[in-house]
Amino acid sequence: MNGLVVVGASYAGVQAALSAREAGYAEPIRLIVDETSLPYQRPPLSKGFLLGEASEQSLVLRDETFFRDKGIELLLGTSAVRVDRQERRVALADGARLDFDRLLLATGSRARRLSVPGAEREGIHYLRSLRDAQTLKAELDAAASIIIIGGGFIGLEVASTASKLGKNVTVIEAASRLLERTVSPVVSQFLLALHHQNGVDIRLSETVARLDKDGDRWTVTTGSGAALHGDIVLAGIGGLPNIELATEAGLACDNGILVDAHGATSDPLVFAAGDCTSHHNSFAGQQTRLESVQHAQDQGKAAGSAVAGKTSPYTSVPRFWSDQYAAKLQMVGLSHGRDHHVIRGEPDQSGFSVFMYRQNRLIAVDSVNRPGEQLIARKLIGAGVSPSPAQAADLSFDLKALPLPRAAEGARP
Amino acid sequence: MPLVRFVEPNGAERTLEIVTGTSVMQTAIRHSVRGIEAGCGGCLDCATCHVYVDDSQLHAMPPASAQEDAVLAAVAAERRPTSRLGCQLFVPVGIETLIIHIPETQL
Ligand SMILES: Cc1cc2nc3c(=O)[nH]c(=O)nc-3n(C[C@H](O)[C@H](O)[C@H](O)COP(=O)(O)OP(=O)(O)OC[C@H]3O[C@@H](n4cnc5c(N)ncnc54)[C@H](O)[C@@H]3O)c2cc1C
Ligand code: FES
Repeated sequence: MNGLVVVGASYAGVQAALSAREAGYAEPIRLIVDETSLPYQRPPLSKGFLLGEASEQSLVLRDETFFRDKGIELLLGTSAVRVDRQERRVALADGARLDFDRLLLATGSRARRLSVPGAEREGIHYLRSLRDAQTLKAELDAAASIIIIGGGFIGLEVASTASKLGKNVTVIEAASRLLERTVSPVVSQFLLALHHQNGVDIRLSETVARLDKDGDRWTVTTGSGAALHGDIVLAGIGGLPNIELATEAGLACDNGILVDAHGATSDPLVFAAGDCTSHHNSFAGQQTRLESVQHAQDQGKAAGSAVAGKTSPYTSVPRFWSDQYAAKLQMVGLSHGRDHHVIRGEPDQSGFSVFMYRQNRLIAVDSVNRPGEQLIARKLIGAGVSPSPAQAADLSFDLKALPLPRAAEGARP
Repeated sequence: MPLVRFVEPNGAERTLEIVTGTSVMQTAIRHSVRGIEAGCGGCLDCATCHVYVDDSQLHAMPPASAQEDAVLAAVAAERRPTSRLGCQLFVPVGIETLIIHIPETQL
């Protein structure tokens, strides 16, 4: 029995291995990852860790004893370089080969690289791994200013952290509003104001034309011809799925390894989960690739159970959170195609939620500092229950009073 | 180092050292204490690190913040006056062994 080999030991890989065990998989499980540290949490890298509030120790996802107790062998610091599906074998960079009965790819995603002139220079920061965060932190501590290319979640979180550390921060964003594809315009506006209040210079509808370095100083020339100077340049312009192993092995991929609701790929012996996959998402009504902890864990759970022969399809409502300054931003559902929205509360720091509708159906809710409301919204969207826009906008209306279908009562919040 | 004693619904117990500055949830996750999920890693996003503080120690705990209180409204198991989120819970000075009861379910 060669058992299960999992490539990638972050949220998806660790959860899948654990879920396979919990679903009764009794064969060996080997979890391999190219990083040298124990599996760790990534969200704090741009927040608490960079700020100096969270230590490397506190990021650890699971102790070594956890893996030992579960009979999961963890192989750190080695990468899978090739998958031979005929021989059911994975080749590692160090020359070792692992035979498998089942394979699970949880290779995640990587930072998209800049492609403007000067982008090939040494020293441009990207933030994805603990290593990246450690180098960025060391340089940021000594720097006076940072230029952030990209006003997405990572860019804005680093902007908030750097500004808390007293740095001069500039953010360059190509779109005309922040987080254009992910949050409602009300939240974009709220965040813009929040960053301004904290002294961050945000340049919307602006691109980067080239990067130059003179000694330790960077000059970023923008599309409109401005020359910005800073000690550090960080690019946060999105992620790309790590699908090379899968494509070379001939698995069906399209901006992600294609998987069904059980995490199965086009080869029934090979599964995949997390940032590296693309699945048909019923809340989006289309093929979707998600990058979030919730997705990696829930899909990892489905794939791990399927390896053990138990079905537990992945049907969770997509959700994401981000922390910037004192604002806790939480999102549930997918807002493509929204045609109507209402605001619950006042769009200020005391907290509010934006309820988004498509043809009178509640499809997504963005909240700022309203975790309770967010949790109710998860249940509502998960169960397909839509408060009327008038009810959603009325703070005196108790959203918890809306009846949920029976099956949804116990659904994951 | 302070200790935390986790009591499962069936009475099974485990006592662990809690590294200073780490939360009850972090201690549970790192030692794979059953019954604490912590889907969001402590970001007040998931309500799956719900625990009950022992009645005898409730008075010694600082109260929940407004945000923790809001998230507690969505916990899966019964919410009691002793309900807290493990990710927001640290051992207060003066307590040597914090006693934590694990709820029946988190999901
Ligand atoms: C700075 C930062 C902040 C974030 N903040 C949030 C947040 O607030 N909320 C949220 O929901 N999400 C957040 N995310 C996203 C979240 O971390 C990811 O969605 C999640 O980590 C995806 O998990 P995963 O297991 O699919 O892949 P990953 O975490 O990407 O892990 C994949 C692992 O596989 C390894 N690997 C890849 N190829 C190979 C190979 N061939 N051989 C061996 N190992 C390999 C990689 O090195 C990596 O360790 C954040 C991400 C970052 C980087
Ligand atoms: S770990 Fe998610 S709310 Fe505590």
